[in-house]
Amino acid sequence: MSERTRHQPLFLQGGRVVDPEQKLDQPLDLLLVDGRVAARGEGLDSPEGAEVLDCSGLVVVPGLIDVHVHLREPGGERKETIASGARSAAAGGFTSVCAMPNTDPVIDSPATVGFVAAAGRAAGASRVYPVGALSLGQKGERLTEIGELVEAGAVAITDDGHPVMNSGLMRRALEYAQTFGIPVADHPEDLGLSRGGGMNEGLVSARLGIRGKPNASEDVHILRDLLVAELTGGHIHLQHVSTRRGVEAIREAKARGVHVTAEATPHHLLLTDEAVDGYRTDAKMNPPLRSAEDREAVVAGLLDGTLDTLATDHAPHHYDEKEQAFDDAPFGVVGLETSVGLMLTHFFHKGRIDLNTLIERMSRSPARAFGLPGGDLSEGTVADVTLLDLEAAWAVDPKTFLSRSRNTPFRGWELKGRAVRTIVGGRSIWDLDGGWSGGA
Amino acid sequence: MTREPSPLGKDLIGLEELTGEQILSILDTAEPFKEISERRIKKVPVLRGKTIVNLFMEPSTRTRISFEFAEKRLSADTVNISASGSSVVKGETLVDTARNLEAMRIDMVVIRHGSSGAARFLADRIPSNVINAGDGAHEHPTQALLDLLTIRDHRHELEGLKVCIVGDILHSRVARSNIFGLLRLGAEVGVCGPMTLVPAGIEALGVRVFRRIEEAIEWAEVLNVLRLQLERMQGGFVPSLREYNRFFGVTMPRLEAAPRDLLVLHPGPMNRGVEIDSDVADGPHSVILQQVTNGVAVRMAVLYLLAGGAPERAEAAKKGGMG
Repeated sequence: MSERTRHQPLFLQGGRVVDPEQKLDQPLDLLLVDGRVAARGEGLDSPEGAEVLDCSGLVVVPGLIDVHVHLREPGGERKETIASGARSAAAGGFTSVCAMPNTDPVIDSPATVGFVAAAGRAAGASRVYPVGALSLGQKGERLTEIGELVEAGAVAITDDGHPVMNSGLMRRALEYAQTFGIPVADHPEDLGLSRGGGMNEGLVSARLGIRGKPNASEDVHILRDLLVAELTGGHIHLQHVSTRRGVEAIREAKARGVHVTAEATPHHLLLTDEAVDGYRTDAKMNPPLRSAEDREAVVAGLLDGTLDTLATDHAPHHYDEKEQAFDDAPFGVVGLETSVGLMLTHFFHKGRIDLNTLIERMSRSPARAFGLPGGDLSEGTVADVTLLDLEAAWAVDPKTFLSRSRNTPFRGWELKGRAVRTIVGGRSIWDLDGGWSGGA
Repeated sequence: MTREPSPLGKDLIGLEELTGEQILSILDTAEPFKEISERRIKKVPVLRGKTIVNLFMEPSTRTRISFEFAEKRLSADTVNISASGSSVVKGETLVDTARNLEAMRIDMVVIRHGSSGAARFLADRIPSNVINAGDGAHEHPTQALLDLLTIRDHRHELEGLKVCIVGDILHSRVARSNIFGLLRLGAEVGVCGPMTLVPAGIEALGVRVFRRIEEAIEWAEVLNVLRLQLERMQGGFVPSLREYNRFFGVTMPRLEAAPRDLLVLHPGPMNRGVEIDSDVADGPHSVILQQVTNGVAVRMAVLYLLAGGAPERAEAAKKGGMG
């Protein structure tokens, strides 16, 4: 981080500071020096030589963190690169992202983990943390050298995109990873129940003639993972939970003390499988958009903390890959640049969630789940800060994305509230007016 | 591009998108066209000067030939493209194929494709009329229309009629189109097959599910028997063809036990001795060959209507021009 520490101190004056660590929500000044929060308080004096940012009318929050993104590099640079993904993150108010390992080649060795970490640093945008594969080649057969991956910079392991079908392997991963203090993240899907499916199994799939993935295909693996986590005492992190029964099972497991953290995505919170009607490939992702009942359960899970982490599952695809018949188009939607705007518009402004809880889900919980710096604005904490304008009205226009891809189901949505500045390590790397200012 | 407005809209993608009135107008338009195929000179100049591409990305014999006869008997110029031996196998995408066809200034595309939604995809991207000749497991509207026409020939009134579709509902576009079309016309619809081949939640479409063929036969007035694709056995959906015939096959003893005379349809090609026994296929209940004959008339009607022909002028159109 040394390249991030030597620059002018930043003085954030007069903003409304929301910090879920202390459930803080009040006007405060914040001084960022040498990459850390140096001081926080009311009516602080701006030190000599500091750059002063007038934050009146803005909300100052710990930098947003997305523990589930696909940056596609190496191998899928047409869709996204680590640099473009890190800039897209910055433009969405994210100061840190965790890059999934299902690239080509798979991130399953210290060298490839090191490559992702180095490319992330070189991008000079949001922090990019590599997530290593759980099994070699994500083949579901043998564990990767988890200790060495962690030494090289991996913050978690997962076979995301290639569900772990062997429960014994999941057991070994949950046991072995404990030495290194990292979570085992899982994309819960029983392929035997879901193979060939392109969307949620239900009335819409029956009408459209698309093979369905039933809820049970996800529920079975959520239950399996919870039971194996309980057996081993390991930390299971369940990705993009989309089903009612899945949410219920996690709620119950948390109550009995299983070490589980879990994600909800903006698209599962806001859309149902009706969005697929008309064979819309921008509404095709895995797990699929499900029924209204499932969506409501995911919302309830996010609100009560069963789903403690908001993650986008940012999955860029080149436009010509999505410009195909539905069955032929790949799964996935981009999410980094719409996430906080959607959440502010459809949850905060509608009175369904308060700012402290929203920032808890978007910063503090993910930081704690993956052991990342940040997640709060206490003195001495890493100076990753996001400035939000709660009232900014804007419409989602994929053409403006810093991501290389445009595959969003939220095209044209009118939103209220967004990130207007992203500060990483005490340095402003993106702002709404000036755009990208990180160099490199 | 300006075109004469068609009573069906620009395209025929599926019966789900049509009203009962539109479906009936296709069937009514097909009536006068039946006679053309019985003439010594089977040709009228209704579509003279129109260019039609038959884009078959999946193998098809019956549907492709039926469309081709319909087009030729209406004097259209036709080009056939099949997946093998075309740029498709060279990796060209559907959207590029469509744009290239359009660049050659065509009037209509008849498309058969393995992916559900492919016909809609194409229709949204080119100004030509698009006719769906089967897209994945979604719809096969002209097949259902010829089924409806054939049922109407024998039962006259579709409203209130009890029709059961038997077999692989899950993978069948014929089943979906028939369900949508029959429900639009007020028929009662049942489906029957092993539950591995009946989509979850299909009751919500407004159909009745029968788990045993005997119960379906006892209820129904018409059976539409679907082909069991042989690859379904490899897919683990049915344990064996022998067992399928034993528990779900439409056999003469089962028909003879029915409380009334049933009409039996099959979209073809048949697996004799699997989903339907030969004595049924060749027997008095069967209207299978009449379906094939009606297929040409129904397709002529669809082509005529999409090209802007008026249903009430179809009789006159047989004599010359668009009427």
